[in-house]
Amino acid sequence: MDFPIIHKNLKKFSLTPNLTDYHRCYQSFSWQQARANIKGYGKGINIAFEAVDRHVDEGNGEQNALIWLSKKGERQTYTYTDLKMLSNRFANLLDQLGTKPGDRVFSLAGRTPQLYAAILGTLKIGGVFCPLFSAFGPEPIQSRMTIGDANILVSSLKLYKKKVAAWRDQLNTLQHVLLYDCKGQCPDDCIDLDSQLSLANDQFTICETSAETPALLHFTSGTTGKPKGAVHVHEAVVHHKHSGFYALDLHPGDTYWCTADPGWVTGTSYGIISPLCNRVTLIVDEAEFDPERWYQILQREKVNIWYTAPTAIRMLMKVGEELIQQYDLSNLRFLASVGEPLNPEAVTWSQRVFGKPFHDNWWQTETGGIMLANFAAEPVKPGSMGQPLPGIQAGIVRVDEQGQLTEVNQQGEIGELALKPGWPSMFREYLHEAERYKNCFNSDWYLSGDLAYEDHDGYFWFVGRSKDLIKSAGHLIGPFEVESVLVEHQAVAEAGVIGIPDDVAGEIVIAYVALKPGYEANEELITALMAHARKKLGSAVAPRAIHIKDNLPKTRSGKIMRRLLKARELGLPEGDISTLESDEHPPHQNAGDEV
Amino acid sequence: MKDKNTLTRFLLEQIQTIAPDSDTDNLDPDEDMRDELDLDSMDFLRLLESISKQLSVNIPEVDYNKITTLNNMVNYIQAIAR
Repeated sequence: MDFPIIHKNLKKFSLTPNLTDYHRCYQSFSWQQARANIKGYGKGINIAFEAVDRHVDEGNGEQNALIWLSKKGERQTYTYTDLKMLSNRFANLLDQLGTKPGDRVFSLAGRTPQLYAAILGTLKIGGVFCPLFSAFGPEPIQSRMTIGDANILVSSLKLYKKKVAAWRDQLNTLQHVLLYDCKGQCPDDCIDLDSQLSLANDQFTICETSAETPALLHFTSGTTGKPKGAVHVHEAVVHHKHSGFYALDLHPGDTYWCTADPGWVTGTSYGIISPLCNRVTLIVDEAEFDPERWYQILQREKVNIWYTAPTAIRMLMKVGEELIQQYDLSNLRFLASVGEPLNPEAVTWSQRVFGKPFHDNWWQTETGGIMLANFAAEPVKPGSMGQPLPGIQAGIVRVDEQGQLTEVNQQGEIGELALKPGWPSMFREYLHEAERYKNCFNSDWYLSGDLAYEDHDGYFWFVGRSKDLIKSAGHLIGPFEVESVLVEHQAVAEAGVIGIPDDVAGEIVIAYVALKPGYEANEELITALMAHARKKLGSAVAPRAIHIKDNLPKTRSGKIMRRLLKARELGLPEGDISTLESDEHPPHQNAGDEV
Repeated sequence: MKDKNTLTRFLLEQIQTIAPDSDTDNLDPDEDMRDELDLDSMDFLRLLESISKQLSVNIPEVDYNKITTLNNMVNYIQAIAR
């Protein structure tokens, strides 16, 4: 099916978009211009100052910075002055605890005001903040905090008891655990964050961090080995501000809702930093996805800009448009989506039901900010990731087996999406993994690992991932992390994990395991394996189905061929199997064994 | 399945199938089961799709968030199955 291009008429815009002439802006753009929009702090640059204190200094302290909607229906508002003082309190608390610049503060928290204070307060003191997703199980949490040498953890009493307390002693670097929502039950070896915050001083002198001082640590999954900790520096704020201005069309005073959790990079870069730098009012909803609640929020809070994810959009499509018609969503000006490619059906659906399309954009943990986008004033090609942001040079390349890179100059030809390094929010290292960092670059290109092509209008189209990574409900999942947990189970000899297409989540994780001698394949064992995986990994990462095989297909070097498992699962051609050494039995022989 | 206890048992079994790590014995029937049992939105979607299919009842997506506690779910299904 062909999806017609959605054209825009500038005369019909209620507010002139920040970017009205893409090509002219792209040609004339310089990073010097973008840097000029950053005030800087003292002799350096500090993200928290740009995001909050600057606006107070410039006389906008009374504007709402954050509207917090609790699960139970409370509504609390925080002005920029309130957020400045709250984050100062957190910075002072860290200071009292002896936290030094460069120390790593982790969060495992719901979307609560304490989390926002913690992120900004940590940046103010010159610490490095690392948000974790609260739906992770103990295993991903422990591995990330260990790799990241966590010094401080901010969490709720409930999450801490369930997911951290049992192994806390194994983490030697961890000095303090700060817990909110303790209700007088704070364990002796933890600190009651709510009571300490209320006692802390609300005046604080921000640390004069330099452009290259590490600020944020975001973990991302690899196909092999442990999760990778991508380090971002304070200078990233230049791109955060600039990309929010152009790609999300943020205007000062807008009401803006990014539905992503700060446990993921979108929820930090575009859930906190970019919008605050552009002086908008954030909507923060503590509750999980709920179509009626979402439309109520969009209506009641008069949301102007809504940034969400394909899985949520597809769930809203399932609910249908009758519900939408009950709400006045006339304040919505710009809709954007990220997390995985947005299917063209969802783009045309949104144009029909909201009168404006979702604008897909593309970026990664490593890029720190939006790289490709469909812009407010530009035509939208449904299914395309859009065009490079001003300041971003994107291309399609191929790397041969000898590591030789060639640029693909022909339009429409598929290759790996690559970017010319040098934008401010580019990651500066993978923590403790110099080699892995080096491998991301070739001949002055950063290699994204995504396959794409560029059309004759300069729009980029996602084709697939060049590696085995899985994108489920917008979350990047490394098969190795899931396989490692499965083989920890006493019955499992080996495991292979793949993603298969799913109408709502994009992909879902499924696992194949081969058993150790003496174990029998049956429903009870599968249930036990599922329980084991969910307990250790959490619901967002654990497989949704597990299949038992006699053996898994492997290369001569013993590497499980996930590609082959996937082709067989989906009934696709098996492709080149010349490296296949050990195979599962042919399907007709083991069909009865598979459960 | 008009009997409330039978229906409750059936629903708990369904939860166990989707999320076998769930401690359904200690589930507070008036608390949001997604929070209590660490079910994510995909789990919950699969749970309700499975219940709809097995009981041959139609649960519109728009109602999903009205039945996030065990008691609400039981009452809701009893009402629509009548």
